[in-house]
Amino acid sequence: MAAVTERVLPAPAPNVLPEVKPFWDATAEGRLVLPQCVECQTLVWYPRPFCPACGSLKVEWIQASGQGSVYSFTVNRRGQADLAAYRDAGVYVLAYVELDEGPRIMTNIVDCSPDEVRIGQRVEVVFHDTGQGSALPRFRPAATA
Amino acid sequence: MSIKGKAYIVGAFEHPDRVIPDRSVAQIHAENTVGVLADAGLRLSDIDGLFVVGGGGMLPIVMADYLGLNTLRYLDGTAVGGSSPVYHIGHAAVAIAEGKCNVALVTLANRPRSEQVPRSANTSPEAAFEMVYGTSTLGMYALAAQRHMYEFGTTSEQLAWVKVAASEHAQYNPRALLQKPVTVDDVLNSPMLSDPLHRLDCCVVTDGGGAVIVASAEVARQVNRPMVKIMGHGEAPKHLNNGRIDLTYTGARWSGPRAFSEAGVAPTDIDYASIYDSFTITVVETIEDLGFCEKGKGGQFVADGGLRARGGRLPVNTDGGGLCNNHPGMGGMMKVLEGVRQVRSEAHAEVQVADCELALVHGTGGSLGTRMASATLILGVEDA
Repeated sequence: MAAVTERVLPAPAPNVLPEVKPFWDATAEGRLVLPQCVECQTLVWYPRPFCPACGSLKVEWIQASGQGSVYSFTVNRRGQADLAAYRDAGVYVLAYVELDEGPRIMTNIVDCSPDEVRIGQRVEVVFHDTGQGSALPRFRPAATA
Repeated sequence: MSIKGKAYIVGAFEHPDRVIPDRSVAQIHAENTVGVLADAGLRLSDIDGLFVVGGGGMLPIVMADYLGLNTLRYLDGTAVGGSSPVYHIGHAAVAIAEGKCNVALVTLANRPRSEQVPRSANTSPEAAFEMVYGTSTLGMYALAAQRHMYEFGTTSEQLAWVKVAASEHAQYNPRALLQKPVTVDDVLNSPMLSDPLHRLDCCVVTDGGGAVIVASAEVARQVNRPMVKIMGHGEAPKHLNNGRIDLTYTGARWSGPRAFSEAGVAPTDIDYASIYDSFTITVVETIEDLGFCEKGKGGQFVADGGLRARGGRLPVNTDGGGLCNNHPGMGGMMKVLEGVRQVRSEAHAEVQVADCELALVHGTGGSLGTRMASATLILGVEDA
């Protein structure tokens, strides 16, 4: 279980659609879970109770390792984000992280200088509390990189 | 069924303005309509198909009402971002080929420069997993550029050449928002917005739009304009692929071959190409995916003036493109319009491609490589 740490970037609450509440409930407990198809065992991303591989409506929520590597990243220096919550966020790293389980997921890289981030870098999940019953999974350089 | 030779672009109009603080999107659609009908020599009452994007509410019927179109037999409002007008032209050609309509108005209007509409909380299902991390259109394209550089060694200098060629073309376009030629160093020295994209790697933001009339062969022979034949069309969405995303290619990988196949031509046959240029990286990935060069070699292809009208490997975006001329949010229409000018031999003399018989037009909607809609259109002279 990763700790739910103090936020370092804005942590706007997601609009939690009812069918993916188990994902967000887990984040509030510092757990990253992934929907896995009950029929064909494919991992589904982004989370939804529908398997794009076989068309099943049945998924179960499995615990992810929280480990991965950077697939791509950008250091947002002056760009204006879609969400107003980021207006005064300063310089931050938007990234796709490839989880060790396979899916490539959008996130931020935190707890390091933006200039240190590299494609292929090993990272681990941290959670930033939104204050509304959910936490954003973000990633920091892995302790054992 | 093939649409080849069944439909023609008989009218084309680019809205002359780039900043429109004093009229609505609906009124810009009306101005487009007046302009394109004048170009084609047709009347409002001739229109029996409407394809429209830009504006709110139930747009197609709102605009049917606003324009007073009383004989519409076909309506389409497919909204897939920047490529929407390129989708519409393919759909209009199908409708005409099937006899569902004869004279289709395709119009785009938008005011992203004057109308700063803040994006509200997005209820789309992916938003909770993306937007909360501070995404932006720029950021999404920057992610693709970064990965393309990592896998293929593409450089910022190479991307800058896309802007350089566009700016050199734009100096001949008196309507272009940016008319001053820039150098590779100018691009590299412009502020870094979201690594690796600089300010000059980004398109302009304008108000405006444009329109075309797509019509049957019979109508095309009656109007007094050069024949611009729709040779082929292909479209393809690309998406996250269940988290197995690959940012290094686009839906053009699929839309391109579909269009080439229908037209019965190959990339080497193309005399001129309008390639959607929301950002410089958009052009590099698209050119690879359309088969103008090997995958990963797009940077080399565009470098050293590769896209120049004069002496380039492939003349691209001779109006100055979205990077310099005009990008009212959904720039696919502008791509079509310059393609039409080239096939009609009505482009500026300094950028007109000699003996331009085949033009390719490519639209990109959504986020590059992420969740996007690609459309490829091939236009030709009558005997192409």
